[in-house]
Amino acid sequence: MEPSRRAILAALGIGAWALASKTRAQAQLRIGLTAVFLDDEIRFLLRWRAYLEQRLGRKVEFVQRGRYRETVELLREGHLEAAWICGFPYVRFRRELRLLAVPLFEGKPLYRSYLIVPASDSGTRSILDLRGKVFAFSDPDSNSGFLYPNYVLRTAGEPPEAFFKRAFFTWAHRKVVDAVSTKLAHGGSVDGYVWETLRLAPGRLTEGTRVVSKSPEFGHPPIVVRANLAPELAQDLRDAFTGMTRDAEGKALLATLNLDGFALGSDQLFDSIEAMWRIVQPG
Amino acid sequence: MRFRDLSLSVKIPIRVTVLVVATAFAVTITLLWREYEELRRDLANSSASLGGLLATSLVAPLTHDDLWRAFEIARAPVAGAAAGSTVTPRHVTVLDKERRVYVSSDPVRFPFGLRLDALLPTERSVSDVSGFVETADGDLVSITPVTADGVDLGLLLLGYSNAQFRPRYADLVRRAILGTAGVLFLLLPLSWLYARRTAAPLVRFAREMERIGRRSAHAPESGGDTRGDELQRVGESFRRMVAAIDEKESLERQMVIADRLAAIGRLAAGVAHEINNPLGGMLNALSTFRRHGRGDPMALRTAALLERGLLQIRDTVSALLVEAKAGSHPLTPDDIEDARMLALTDGMAKSARLRWRNDLQETLALPSTLVRQILLNLLLNAEHAVRSDGEIECRVHCSDGSLRIVVRNDGAHIPGERLQHLFEPFAVEGADGSGLGLWVTYQIVRELGGSIAVQSAPGNTEFDVCLPVPKAA
Repeated sequence: MEPSRRAILAALGIGAWALASKTRAQAQLRIGLTAVFLDDEIRFLLRWRAYLEQRLGRKVEFVQRGRYRETVELLREGHLEAAWICGFPYVRFRRELRLLAVPLFEGKPLYRSYLIVPASDSGTRSILDLRGKVFAFSDPDSNSGFLYPNYVLRTAGEPPEAFFKRAFFTWAHRKVVDAVSTKLAHGGSVDGYVWETLRLAPGRLTEGTRVVSKSPEFGHPPIVVRANLAPELAQDLRDAFTGMTRDAEGKALLATLNLDGFALGSDQLFDSIEAMWRIVQPG
Repeated sequence: MRFRDLSLSVKIPIRVTVLVVATAFAVTITLLWREYEELRRDLANSSASLGGLLATSLVAPLTHDDLWRAFEIARAPVAGAAAGSTVTPRHVTVLDKERRVYVSSDPVRFPFGLRLDALLPTERSVSDVSGFVETADGDLVSITPVTADGVDLGLLLLGYSNAQFRPRYADLVRRAILGTAGVLFLLLPLSWLYARRTAAPLVRFAREMERIGRRSAHAPESGGDTRGDELQRVGESFRRMVAAIDEKESLERQMVIADRLAAIGRLAAGVAHEINNPLGGMLNALSTFRRHGRGDPMALRTAALLERGLLQIRDTVSALLVEAKAGSHPLTPDDIEDARMLALTDGMAKSARLRWRNDLQETLALPSTLVRQILLNLLLNAEHAVRSDGEIECRVHCSDGSLRIVVRNDGAHIPGERLQHLFEPFAVEGADGSGLGLWVTYQIVRELGGSIAVQSAPGNTEFDVCLPVPKAA
């Protein structure tokens, strides 16, 4: 896959479609999804979309892209009204985006980054033990799957580019777990919420991995909207997410998501991510 | 009992069965081999097409250095295939331009960056896209180059282990054996039945032959020789029957000759008697005429002529009439020696040698005159027949109460058709003698109750006379 060409084609398609049906776009709400959760469960997504459509009284479209960056781009360029993205791109484009809701995981709007290694590896104690090994990141725009491990290496005085023999992106947290459990990678950084959710799912993917260390808590990947989105629409959407705890279908959906609900959340939740970004950011 | 001695009713079915089984196995093995080849070709084809497909899909991940995507592509055929499928590769490994492992579906065995020089045999076989390469560890690897726009991006290896195909081969063999067993299950009873039916008439024929053969050969081996199969026994019976028929024919021939000679003898004796009576009268009359005639010289000459002619007739007739002459003394060894002397003085014009052996030592109660005549006749005949520098052998001896005289010469032999009539009077046309020598000999031998046999082959003619010596002589 050529991401650039694909992204351009997708953007062109979306743009043409948006132009052709400007009036319908009013009625339709486009929500971008990223791999900050298990976004590959299509049946669940259909159910969730139907739920949101019913709550909002308008058409909802989930727009999925392989890379965080593409989703963020689409959102910033006005092709999406909202998106569930990572805290890392959020802090980078804070001026263009507005926080809508933050998922509650284990009762808190927080999550951690996990360092995982194959279950057979019982020796590794920290990421610093993985020098010269093969390492799996999820997405260069992911906090837990890229920014945090880079930050750890950087603060330990190790330039991340030279530390591993080979590092690669899987573009999804689930696939980091996959890469580590198949021993393609000797270690990986993964969203703790995704890892815990996978642990509950059938397939036992996490059994092939061992959690070496957990990061401090960060603000959970939030649902954001364009800063220029109509406030009443943003409010409707926020109510739809935060209100999921109030009905049975919403609760069932939240149970599948392994979340306790969506909360308003404060902007300061993501300050620690921004701080790490400042350190890791070259120059 | 050895196999060759078994009855045909068992042996033919066994042979047919062995043939059927051998044929079935040969056919099965041929088919198996073809199936095996087909399997290999199938595998190579499917591997080549899978390799081509994967190589195309790998172009983008390799150009973009997207390791995870390459892994997903490499893993798909290994993980996605059914467990029982033979054509599922054990591992799919992608090598980069430096021939180091870029990614493998089996990252533990082929980790990133591993050099696979050992796995890749030579550059030549790497460029050979079709078919498999056998690696050092005995696995089969098919190699597909990953190229984009003619530029080498890396190599795609599809690894198969030989052990993977074993269940499929085993299944092949099992099915082939089942099929063969099925065919044999149908064919064997049929062929056995057919072979039994083929053998049955032979067996029956052999039994009949044996029965007839034994009867006609008056059962010399009455114990019942059951060695060999029916065909061998038929052969044996047949041989015995032919021998019996030969013997019978020979006896019949001798009887015919004896009968004929007896008839001729009777006729000759009859004629001789009829001639002898008037002959005596005529000779008496002539004698009287000469004594009492008037002395006419012309008449006397005529009478003398008549007398000589009549005397010749009397000699001939008396030669035909062989009778044991009275007054003959018993045979002594000297009588035999006399015959030798006579023969030597009489003939031996040709410088033939005479090998003489006289083993007779006592006097035998046989008429010496007749025995001497026999011996003399045979010796003279031999002298006629022998080559000019040839050899005549004569043996006389006494054994088992019989006198044996054997006269042999190495001259021209007597042809078969003449042997038939040899002992008849005047059988030898244009011969020097009277033509009565052998006839007379035969008559004498018969008279003495003995036998005479002749054997004649080129270079060896032998007369064998056997005369029984009367007891209490």
